Amino acid sequence: MSQELVLGIYVFIMAIFVGFEVISRVPSVLHTPLMSGTNAIHGIVVLGAFLVAGSADSPLLHALGFIAVVFGAANVFGGFVVTDRMLEMFKKREAVQGEKKDA
Amino acid sequence: MLDVRGSAIAVSYIIAAVLFIFGLKQLSSPSTARAGNRTAAIGMTIALAATLLDRQIISFWTIAIGTLIGAAMGIYFGRTVQMTAMPQMVALFNGMGGATAALVSVAEFLRLTRVGDSIGVGEATSIVLGTAIGAISFTGSIIAFGKLQEILPGKPLQFPLQRVVNGLILIGVIVLGAMVVMSGGTAILWALFAAALLLGAMFVLPIGGGDMPVVISILNSLTGLAAALTGFVLHNQMLVVAGVLVGASGTLLTLLMSTAMNRSVANVLFGAFGATNSDAASSASAVGHTVRQTTPEDTAIALAYARSVVIVPGYGLAVAEAQHTVRELATDLEGRGVDVKYAIHPVAGRMPGHMNVLLAEANVPYDQLLEMDQVNAARDDPSSPIYGMPILDVDRARNIIVLKRSMGHGFAGIDNALFYHEKTRMLFGDARQSLTQIGQALKSA
Repeated sequence: MSQELVLGIYVFIMAIFVGFEVISRVPSVLHTPLMSGTNAIHGIVVLGAFLVAGSADSPLLHALGFIAVVFGAANVFGGFVVTDRMLEMFKKREAVQGEKKDA
Repeated sequence: MLDVRGSAIAVSYIIAAVLFIFGLKQLSSPSTARAGNRTAAIGMTIALAATLLDRQIISFWTIAIGTLIGAAMGIYFGRTVQMTAMPQMVALFNGMGGATAALVSVAEFLRLTRVGDSIGVGEATSIVLGTAIGAISFTGSIIAFGKLQEILPGKPLQFPLQRVVNGLILIGVIVLGAMVVMSGGTAILWALFAAALLLGAMFVLPIGGGDMPVVISILNSLTGLAAALTGFVLHNQMLVVAGVLVGASGTLLTLLMSTAMNRSVANVLFGAFGATNSDAASSASAVGHTVRQTTPEDTAIALAYARSVVIVPGYGLAVAEAQHTVRELATDLEGRGVDVKYAIHPVAGRMPGHMNVLLAEANVPYDQLLEMDQVNAARDDPSSPIYGMPILDVDRARNIIVLKRSMGHGFAGIDNALFYHEKTRMLFGDARQSLTQIGQALKSA
């Protein structure tokens, strides 16, 4: 096994623990926004699509890279926008009452 | 050693990884969640901008045009989608991420084989897994989208020997994968891609619509895993870190959700929930007494003179877009000194937390929303498919009023004994219409 692969596996395992630890105490109210937020984060795969599309040197690779960039970008932008819209709605009681006074 | 450009990329990736972790942490608490989403978005911007510095990239046109189109699609649909349709939107975006991972893996394989480099076993395995998992996530998400959007029937789709057929496709995917790792061959990789696409669709089709939240959560973590695998192929640690973060947190989220439904993940995937239990359903209704109906006027009076009212919203409220109407009704009742609370089942709606989001949209303060702290696991009908699932003890209330369009079965295709309970009154009709009528009757009560 190459040194790089071994290092990659280390990173892989450490990230599993971080991923479990960081969201271990999430209230069920936030399950949907959290799923949507992580959905946006795995859009990072568009980065791989950038590398493929940017280095393509045949029509087939250009086509594959292009489709991958479109899908990946939709995942990233759509994911963050949808999550933001969901979370925009979580307001505290004070904020809600403030709005009522304004109205 | 890394040159200046390489170092800039590496440092940016480290900053982005920290921002992703910090963003996820913030996303787990209501007061910081929105900031958390933005933190993650900033991390994403840094990571993508840094990638453009990579020397491997020689042409920017494909990237620029592709990103513009994808971003426009994502932002447009993300902004215009109805709140009730959020779950299927998440499924759709997830499927696109899966497709990206599969296409990147295939493209990298084509490039490596044509250049003539020998592909190591580690790389070949990552390519095979990235292709297969990404493709499964893509078609699986599309089917989940179709079921939630009701393009496809929500009921489990079953045919004879289904498990055998699915098992054979799975074996086919594994064999093709092993062949690619051992001897290569682009034709075999394309065959693997096609078989995995088929498998993704076939594995979600027999799952009932009510279980789609758990399925989407599983597919979400699978896409994360596929993204991490492309990181191994491209020797890119950023992809590995971010992909695994999603894979791990998504797995935990899946477990939390299935715990909320008191069912194992395996049962969700292979139980064909809601299809096989017609016996249980009919026995419940046979035992059940007659259904008692009520009117909006009677309901209004009962509410006006109650000391405490607990509203238990379900998906019907979401479909009728009645969240604002129910909030107005609650404000009216509070004006009369009635104590109003909302009790939300953890898996009400089509995703856990779906109801909370809708009520929050209608400005219901979240300290009025009760989490289900008291669950009653042992209930009346052991033959029911949801026997043992946590439930709200609605039947402990003095009076129960159920708002429902008809006596048809819900999305999960299961009968509800509550409708036949002696304390229950049914108020048939569209939720918003019924609530509006109750509100009007209340004003004159």
